[in-house]
Amino acid sequence: MIRHCAWVLHTLLSHWRRHPLQAACLLVGLWLATALWTGVQALNSQARNSYDRAAELFAGGAQTVLLAPGGQAFAQDHFVTLRRAGWPVSPMLRGTVELAGAADTRRLQLTGIEPLTLPAGGAVEAEVQDQTSLQAFMLSPGLTWIAADTLAEFGLEVGATPTLVDGKQLPPLHVVPGLPPGMLLVDISQAQRLLDQPGMLSQLLVEPAFAADLPPLPDNVPLVWQEGGEADLARLTDSFHLNLTALGLLAFVVGLFIVHAAAGLAMEQRRGLLQTLRACGVSLKTLLAVLLLELLVLALLGGSLGVLSGFALAALLMGDIAASLRGLYGAQVAGQLALDASWWLTGLGMSLLGTLIAGGSSVLAAMRLPVLAWARPQAWREAQSRAIRLQSLLGVTLLALAGALVVWGDSLLSGFALLASLLLGAALLLPLCLQTVLRLAQRRPAGPIRQWFWADSQQQVSGLGIALMALLLALSANIGVGSMTEGFRQTFIGWLDQRLSADIYVRPQDAAQAEAINHWLAQRPEVSAQLPTWELEIRVEGGPTQLSGVIDHPLYAQTWPLLEAISDPWPPLSAGEGALVSEQLAFRLKLSLGDMLTLDTPAGPWPLKILGRYADYGNPKGQLLVSAAGLQQRWPDQPVSGIGILASQQNAPQLASALRNVFGLGDSRVIDQAALKAYSQTIFEQTFAATAALNTLTLAVAAVALFTSLLGLADSRLSQLAPLWAMGLRPAQLAALSLAQMLMLAAFTCLLAIPLGLVLAWCLVEVVNVQAFGWRLPWHWFPRQWLTLVLLALLAVLLASIGPAWRILRTGPTRLLRSFAHDA
Amino acid sequence: MRGFTQAQEALKVLDVENLKKTYGGPQGQLAVLDGVSLWLEAGHSLALMGESGSGKSTLLHLVAGLDQADSGDIQVGGQSLAGLDEAARATFRRSQVAVIFQQFNLIPSLRVVDNLAFQARLAGRLDEAWLSQLAQQLGLSELLQRYPEQLSGGQQQRVAVGRALAVRPPLILADEPTGNLDENSADEVMTLLLDLVQQAGASLLMVTHSARLAARLDRQMVLKAGRVHGSEW
Amino acid sequence: MMLRRLVTLSFTLLLGCDSTEAPVPAGFAGLGSEAQGFSTVTRGQPLVFPDDFGAHPDYRIEWWYVTANLTDESGEQWGAQWTLFRQAMAPQNSSEAEAGWQSAQVWLGHAALTRAEGHQHADRLARGGIGQAGVHTQPFRAWIDDWSLGSDAAQQRRPLQLSPLQVSATGKGFRYDLRLRSDAPLVLHGDRGFSQKSTRGQASWYYSQPFFQVDGQVQWQGETRRVSGKAWLDREWSSQPLAADQQGWDWFSLHLQDGSKLMLFRLRSNDNSHFYSGTWITPAGVAEPLDASAIRMTPLAQSKVAGRTLPTQWRLQIAHKNFDVTAQALNPNAWMGTGIPYWEGPVNIAGSHTGVGYLEMTGY
Repeated sequence: MIRHCAWVLHTLLSHWRRHPLQAACLLVGLWLATALWTGVQALNSQARNSYDRAAELFAGGAQTVLLAPGGQAFAQDHFVTLRRAGWPVSPMLRGTVELAGAADTRRLQLTGIEPLTLPAGGAVEAEVQDQTSLQAFMLSPGLTWIAADTLAEFGLEVGATPTLVDGKQLPPLHVVPGLPPGMLLVDISQAQRLLDQPGMLSQLLVEPAFAADLPPLPDNVPLVWQEGGEADLARLTDSFHLNLTALGLLAFVVGLFIVHAAAGLAMEQRRGLLQTLRACGVSLKTLLAVLLLELLVLALLGGSLGVLSGFALAALLMGDIAASLRGLYGAQVAGQLALDASWWLTGLGMSLLGTLIAGGSSVLAAMRLPVLAWARPQAWREAQSRAIRLQSLLGVTLLALAGALVVWGDSLLSGFALLASLLLGAALLLPLCLQTVLRLAQRRPAGPIRQWFWADSQQQVSGLGIALMALLLALSANIGVGSMTEGFRQTFIGWLDQRLSADIYVRPQDAAQAEAINHWLAQRPEVSAQLPTWELEIRVEGGPTQLSGVIDHPLYAQTWPLLEAISDPWPPLSAGEGALVSEQLAFRLKLSLGDMLTLDTPAGPWPLKILGRYADYGNPKGQLLVSAAGLQQRWPDQPVSGIGILASQQNAPQLASALRNVFGLGDSRVIDQAALKAYSQTIFEQTFAATAALNTLTLAVAAVALFTSLLGLADSRLSQLAPLWAMGLRPAQLAALSLAQMLMLAAFTCLLAIPLGLVLAWCLVEVVNVQAFGWRLPWHWFPRQWLTLVLLALLAVLLASIGPAWRILRTGPTRLLRSFAHDA
Repeated sequence: MRGFTQAQEALKVLDVENLKKTYGGPQGQLAVLDGVSLWLEAGHSLALMGESGSGKSTLLHLVAGLDQADSGDIQVGGQSLAGLDEAARATFRRSQVAVIFQQFNLIPSLRVVDNLAFQARLAGRLDEAWLSQLAQQLGLSELLQRYPEQLSGGQQQRVAVGRALAVRPPLILADEPTGNLDENSADEVMTLLLDLVQQAGASLLMVTHSARLAARLDRQMVLKAGRVHGSEW
Repeated sequence: MMLRRLVTLSFTLLLGCDSTEAPVPAGFAGLGSEAQGFSTVTRGQPLVFPDDFGAHPDYRIEWWYVTANLTDESGEQWGAQWTLFRQAMAPQNSSEAEAGWQSAQVWLGHAALTRAEGHQHADRLARGGIGQAGVHTQPFRAWIDDWSLGSDAAQQRRPLQLSPLQVSATGKGFRYDLRLRSDAPLVLHGDRGFSQKSTRGQASWYYSQPFFQVDGQVQWQGETRRVSGKAWLDREWSSQPLAADQQGWDWFSLHLQDGSKLMLFRLRSNDNSHFYSGTWITPAGVAEPLDASAIRMTPLAQSKVAGRTLPTQWRLQIAHKNFDVTAQALNPNAWMGTGIPYWEGPVNIAGSHTGVGYLEMTGY
């Protein structure tokens, strides 16, 4: 029986040997689909793994911690007080350090822990359990625990003691598995030394069981509970990853179109073969099993290639993704990918699933194939038009669903469901649209060739439908995403121009330095104004929110870009009676003008009236703008976080370098407007680099799908063209007609893709963006972009059609004649 | 017709009795076979003639186990086809009979040598010596490494004949085997077919509309509108 | 003394690794390992109070140990244990040991409450130098987190005596709060506090206050009982108290009915040449070191506790004192399942003398 099956498999596979191009197309489809999907999954899981490592560093899961109300550092006496009251707390001090001499001045997060009181569990558990390691960690000079990927990324060596920009040396490096990327873990004593914070802590970890019901703190300990701080990162970045996943899925689906086209073609060509096999005594069950086995082999082959390339793709994009996650969310993501066994499995699984979906229908067709070869072409055509009717019905249903989602959907997921049903619905309706257009064209009286042209094109639609759908999807996705990205870019740059109104921005290291800088600046004639701000992070209704205190200065009223506001919002803001809210915070809390919002502060509740709403693009956290005086009154110890300096344009660079020299501030603490803008734009570009790359690939995949379909049709095409040849048309004319036919079909598809792309862009801007980020972008039109894309698509179609047309041109009379014989 | 002795009865390789088959069509039910009975002795050949639509091809397909009759019985080598399921009929097809089609139905992606061996391999009874003898007699020895599309029609049908005989089935079925060939090729293929059937000790049931070719077989029978119209001995 | 109390603190133990796999590299809990850079215990140096109530960071290990035999109003017997261990990861002087996180001192607290039908225990771990745990001498106070042993300045009228003291601890399912009072002088073991631990010179500084009268309350699963009884305080410090081949010890502190007190221990060697020592203390507080040859300690019955077999019934004999008693554990399951695990619990004695006391067994 096994030998028997082997022979049948051998025979089926011999088809691919004879049609290597077809096999290549099928494999390319699978390969691309799996590669794009695996690539995106690799990117996402890499990022998620990094977040998990951060979240699970200590005693598993979402950490509940104690903080000073304003998030500032506090004296470690509070730790001792709580311990002596029986609280199972562990001290922690966090800050950032910069390595000296590194070309890329990336900062590393430094975390100081106290291992003896650290709650059990978490990534460092094994190290803490090891007496020798623990003793080395706690005793001077201590150890710096670091993740292997961070070590590699910074080109550091185990045992080295890197120097920081302020001249201090890190304790010797020691690799600990499972640490989050970009983090240095040192003993609390080392952290206080390295961060210049003797006797200070930034938070207290609390044993999870004890923290569960948030017991009230003793009166003499002015700290507050904060729940699940580390889990914020995963939540904030969710939408970013969902976007990537959606793109990956789109690419996967488009890839499957290729597989479907190639598998369908192979089945069509092997109808006779299958019937012969049946006639020679192969049972239906055996045939079915062998066909499935064949799909499995192809899926494994294409899938393996796909997983490998997906990994390469992810490695290529990882740098950009990591940079934008860091820039946007402050999330540390390891830049080095490791090929994981689970990716192989999921990648191959997806490939298998995709192959079954895309190739299953042809296996089903084989099942229904009668043993007797009397397939009636008429019935086939009827089935085809039934299929188009069914597809169109499904398409209309999906569009109706999309409409319903516009009206009733209210989550990011429903936003993506809207996109999916819109795209799929439109794609399913494409064959009907094309046939209708062609039928209308055919009605116009014309010469015989032209009549044949339109009639034959209609027939082509059924063969090329799937490929054209892939083209429609890819093109409209490109137009939609392109419009959204480009619109975002323009809005963002305009907004940056307005928002960054000061010429230099300074971040003092501490309150004393802020004071000194203030005095120094007051002496400088070129400084026309100082705009200090006080910023701190609080939680408003459970979400992390930045509170920013600004002084009363006319520049704010002149330049701060407001989306809507009550008339003259600045005086009540200065009076501490109201606040301006960022768009995303207003969206999250459903705040309207005039609403009241009450903040918890160390000095008690602070009721604020909502005075207006402003755009705050790129900031995943909500923001509240309040009066500096009001903020200082409630958080008296809060140091100045930044000073904006207004100076004449030509003096700005000198002033900036003078500030750096006088106060010994690094480049990251004194930055002029131009550099800040450039930095923001870099982050922006990085954020969309992956999107753009995936988009382009999707278009390429659609072109391959089209090429595959044309290739498949080429043989049957010959017999359709042979009568025309017999009736006096030259092969060159036939080739030209075929080419024209393809371009015409593609052009119609492109025409449909533009409005679909615009609808898609609208959904992205008005639905998905609002749900994902909380901001709405002004609408922009980019006709030149559409034109470019359409031309690009037509070029792709032209390239895909040239091969088959060339075959027609090269075909000699013998082959055309033979196609008569075969037809007989 | 039933006046045979016990001994002759025992030598029947094919026995068809009162076979009926109806196809549903746009114009309602159409009785393609309406009670056909025939038999074939071992080592003999029978030509089945008739006009288009007389039901001769349907009869052949039923005997080949490609389709199922509505009623009546077919016995090949004493085994009844009635009531066999798909899998059993597949086994029957690959070991008890071999069909030669008008359109050759070679496997385009396999070389001639593999096409020749194909059904014998499926049936698990490939005999290399017999295969090479077949190839030689069929004049295919030089063409073994070619693909079917590189052969002429006559050559392709010779491959199909070889494929059927390689199995050494008790019964060979041929459906207009020379219908796609010119007269010279047809005669040539016919000669080879009859020679080899005899060498193999098989029986042959052949559908043809050519009286000239039919005359070369042991017996002839004519179908008309689904019934046996007459036979020549 | 006790070496027993030596249960110390090696980190492995402290940090809750699987007790069955606790390494015994050199003596029990590493107490037999070399003591480089640390001070050594030398005969003839006088103890100085109240300084020697406090910590000695130049020695590697040290402990403050209280065991109390109590009876509640219904007559039920209870035992309470309160221990603070100090271990130095590196030799330091007092000011270094108090210099914030740079302190190399690690503190470990053990507490337990035992009754016939149950035994609850807890442990605490802290770093020295910042005030989470430590010992003050004036007034005396030893603490770790919310556990403490000490008195306030107003109470401690006589600074050279550790009295009165409050001792309290809390853990899962239990807590206790006891007042300890005694007018008796401190008892110095061995040669004026120099207590030898092997024939090869290992020794520790060791003194006790065995005459405490106790009253207070214990809480068991939320239920509070008033208790009273006797308590024994041990202070001991050293840098290498065990010889490398000593694998553990059996130690008794006994309150006899007639007011005498008795401390006995044996250090078990791999080759069965056990090292015996003890102190007989008269009701007036006069201490008489016992010669090894006078002491006989014989296990009578074994119990299976936490997967090990330990002697929870003993015959104790001191020939020239006409002392021949059987000591029986109040609760044979008084197992301290802490980082380095050991057995510690109250015992009752009967025979030539009657009384109560505590037994500690390590290295099983």
